[in-house]
Amino acid sequence: MLDDRDRIFTNLYGWFDWGLDAARGRGDWSTTREILSQSPEDIVEKVKASGLRGRGGAGFPTGLKWSFMPREVGEKPHYLIVNADESEPGTCKDREILRNDPHKLIEGCVIAGYAMRASAAYIYIRGEFVSEARRLQAAIDQAYEAGLVGRNACASGYDIDIILHRGAGAYICGEETALLESLEGKKGQPRLKPPFPAAVGLYGCPSTVNNVESIAVVPEILRRGPEWFAGLGRERNTGTKLFCISGHVNNPCNVEEEMGIPLRELIDRHAGGVIGGWDNLLAVIPGGSSVRCIPKSICDNILMDFDSLMAVRSGLGTAAVIVMNRETDIIRAIARLSYFYKHESCGQCTPCREGSGWMWRVMERLVTGDAEPEEIDVLEQVTRQVEGHTICALGDAAAWPIQGLLAHFRDEVEDRIRRRKSATSVEAAD
Amino acid sequence: MPKLKVDGVEVEVPAGATVLQACEAAGKEIPRFCYHERLSIAGNCRMCLVEVSPGPPKPQASCALPAMDNQEIRTDSDMVRQARHGVMEFLLINHPLDCPICDQGGECDLQDQAMGYGHHSSRYAENKRAVEDKDMGPLIKTVMTRCIHCTRCVRFSTEVAGVSDLGALGRGETMEITTYLEKALASELSGNVIDLCPVGALTSGPYAFVSRPWELTRTETVDVMDAVGSSIRVDTRGSDVLRVLPRTHEEVNEEWISDKTRFACDGLKRQRLDRPYLRREGRLVPVDWQEAFDAIAERLGGLAGERIAAVVGDQCDVESMFALKQLMTALGSPHLECRQDGARLDPSARAGYLFNTTIAGIESADAILLAGTNPRREAPVLNARIRKRWLAGGLEIGLVGEHHDLSYPYRHLGDTPDVLSRILEGEHAFAEVLRRAGSPMLVLGMAALAREDGAAVHALGRSIAEAFGMVRGEWNGFNVLHTAASRVGALDLGFVPTAGGRDLAGIIEGVADGSLDLLWLLGADEIAGDLPGDTFVVYQGHHGDRGAHRADVILPGAAYTEKDGLYVNTEGRVQAGVQAAFPPGQAREDWRIIRALSERLGRRLEYDSLGDLRRALVAAHPVFAALDRPQPAEWRPFGTGGPVDALPFGAAIANFYMTDPISRCSAVMAECTEVFGMGEAA
Repeated sequence: MLDDRDRIFTNLYGWFDWGLDAARGRGDWSTTREILSQSPEDIVEKVKASGLRGRGGAGFPTGLKWSFMPREVGEKPHYLIVNADESEPGTCKDREILRNDPHKLIEGCVIAGYAMRASAAYIYIRGEFVSEARRLQAAIDQAYEAGLVGRNACASGYDIDIILHRGAGAYICGEETALLESLEGKKGQPRLKPPFPAAVGLYGCPSTVNNVESIAVVPEILRRGPEWFAGLGRERNTGTKLFCISGHVNNPCNVEEEMGIPLRELIDRHAGGVIGGWDNLLAVIPGGSSVRCIPKSICDNILMDFDSLMAVRSGLGTAAVIVMNRETDIIRAIARLSYFYKHESCGQCTPCREGSGWMWRVMERLVTGDAEPEEIDVLEQVTRQVEGHTICALGDAAAWPIQGLLAHFRDEVEDRIRRRKSATSVEAAD
Repeated sequence: MPKLKVDGVEVEVPAGATVLQACEAAGKEIPRFCYHERLSIAGNCRMCLVEVSPGPPKPQASCALPAMDNQEIRTDSDMVRQARHGVMEFLLINHPLDCPICDQGGECDLQDQAMGYGHHSSRYAENKRAVEDKDMGPLIKTVMTRCIHCTRCVRFSTEVAGVSDLGALGRGETMEITTYLEKALASELSGNVIDLCPVGALTSGPYAFVSRPWELTRTETVDVMDAVGSSIRVDTRGSDVLRVLPRTHEEVNEEWISDKTRFACDGLKRQRLDRPYLRREGRLVPVDWQEAFDAIAERLGGLAGERIAAVVGDQCDVESMFALKQLMTALGSPHLECRQDGARLDPSARAGYLFNTTIAGIESADAILLAGTNPRREAPVLNARIRKRWLAGGLEIGLVGEHHDLSYPYRHLGDTPDVLSRILEGEHAFAEVLRRAGSPMLVLGMAALAREDGAAVHALGRSIAEAFGMVRGEWNGFNVLHTAASRVGALDLGFVPTAGGRDLAGIIEGVADGSLDLLWLLGADEIAGDLPGDTFVVYQGHHGDRGAHRADVILPGAAYTEKDGLYVNTEGRVQAGVQAAFPPGQAREDWRIIRALSERLGRRLEYDSLGDLRRALVAAHPVFAALDRPQPAEWRPFGTGGPVDALPFGAAIANFYMTDPISRCSAVMAECTEVFGMGEAA
């Protein structure tokens, strides 16, 4: 279990004031100027050394991502873009940071912006986060007023503006290139890569898009040193992580824990255990709706980090742990996710546009069992035809939950079709 | 120059090429829907997936992937085959498969590629999507359920046509291509989306349910609706011209044509002159050729040459104009005129009336001064080239003349010719732009030249060209943008007043005061309405338009689709039109009519076939020998210096959709005139 002294988000639950003075009391903004006295390369190296991997879902090493930015500012300015469009079902970690610890994010913006020589940081916040946007804007205003942001930020000689932009509530705008399109005022549709944002990003300028949590932990990493962060968790899966535990647990919660904590310990210790006891567990979706679910047999021993979950063909994703006990109709649960992806598909590329609707419609019939057994294989093939064939990862995200269902609960799906068939034949006999 | 391997075949492609282009270079066919050479890359259909190593272990969209050294591409692996199967299946699940009632049938990319890459049957058991059709105006018929969301039409209209009327609304499977406000696509190039649409979602409205592609005879020819001379394909069934499509000509029209070029062809079937007529007691009565010829011979009998005049129209082929000129010369007439609009074009220097920069040359320009022209209406395809150049960046455009939306931003410098004088004298800010430019262009339109002071404006244009170094070395930035397909050819022939001859105003005056006894109008309809008096008018043409109404004798000729003929476009490019259909009834090719009449008049022209005529033509005017190779014209003095008026430049074309006898007889063009409000402008 994570020691209290190793916690980064000390006001995760909003027990204290979110404002600048209280944040300063918790250590935020304390040595920002000293951090900014290092060269940008040093900061990037330290973030690399900390082993921090992106907290938005894909887990790409943050320091490495920053190092893709051009070494010098050329004709075009550099931009840092913070992805606060948190919409992954089950995920609510960034929301709590925005509500209760906004200064961690703002300070992170200044430092990360400096490390990539950005002239401005854009924070793209989910449209539904109305009060969070107000809170964050208030915190940004406080920081401007205190000279921490803006011209000569923190008296370091570095100029950075932070601009808050509210989205309009489309899940796809959380995809980094769709986010850039939306930020530019266009329809939120992912761009083709390459070119990557570090080469051609916002308004055609070199840009880096990072998750809120990734940016918010940077100041603390630099204050305490990358060794401290790298010392937590396992090799390649270092540091602390915010977990969002929801579903059939006694005490749904957000909690900051060490990477690699056993799933069972996470649920039992922080979420008050599974409703009805551990043996009543059916399955867990360990990383937000986009990853494959894992059955109880895997949950018994799995560690919560990128590589462990990857090894069981699931993923850490956003670390949103959705717990389902035996009361759950797992087919219906996954069908609901299929509806979500069908609804949120941008419609740009063929496999996702057409495939997500197809998959959802078949899933709805599997819920009632109104299908032929062969259709299970067809559905499985359709998910393979979508996966890896789309412009962005939403196609994969639509396919994986179904693949997880069919990999682990195929019996149940077949059983339901069988029962439905026998029920209809009885009806017919009547 | 990256070198890579496609299915084991090594290819070298130019830097910046895509993997798809590399595959094509290696002779591998890559199926595609959204990719189009002349549009931006969307990468959304996912049909062109290939396997690339090094790269991620999943197929990549070849249209969007840059070709790199040492890449190995597989287009024939299982991964690729499955990916194509998968994408094709997705495209078809919500496609209505209504090929039997779809006008695209037989020339449909989806149909063809489904045969090559699709499943044999459908596994989709759900209901198909239905999409409400959109109103895109009289030209484009929509069946939006067939749409596969490739966005080619959206990209064409925003990028090439420069109108933001088309876009996609909604997302996911409810995404729909629409005109947002259910309004007609307001572009003179709108018809091109029909060709671009890979399925039957956007088809030709006027051609709906008319024919199947395999019933058509295709003839490759050139267009005469404007002076661009776009390469076209005329599709006929029997003697009916059913539709006109563009052909690719990189240096002229790329692969676009204007809506008039495409849709005016229904005018070829209406109000045709299919037999000779003779005016008897004030009424035109049908006669046979002999009677018509006799009437002309009788009227001409003993007439002195200076009492005869001839005017040629805007769509005449070079051969018939040449034959008419020879006949007129034989009759001793010096009164020849081809400038129906009264343009004060000086025929003495060829460089003075050509679009010297050439259309493709626009892409090298870095400053353009437009004077008295609205290229969007006068030559939409050429205007698209200016827009293409503007999109590439670093182009400054100034306009002197009427302010219109040209589909790209420009500086409106004023609307009177004295702005040009001020630019010449360096008193205008745009002078600095021209001075700085490396490859500046001046484009004089007919609205600048067809006026009292046209010759002075023409000379002023020459002075500007010389003062700002527009003519140097290979570069000639002096341009005249013509509106008539026949004009440059006629000027090249010298179909202008010879010594002592009357120009257009003189001819009209001569008709009014009775000093001309016979006027020959070869397809010249634009001036016919202005002809008072009782001069004997011979009208030779193909439509019962203005000229026929004024005529005393009508000799039915052939329209551009009905004869072989040469045309010279505004660049001075000689192009050969090819006969696609036969003239109706007793109508004949125009040169034959003149040749036959010459015999009746006892002044036999020395050729019995088109080949002989062309040999005589080339012998007299070697410029016509260079087919499709515009010859740089020598820079010589032209124009007549003098004061310019304070009158603003007007519009050369009031109504884009109706500029000539064919389009004036077209019901489709009439509807466009109404829908796009051009009628009020006229």
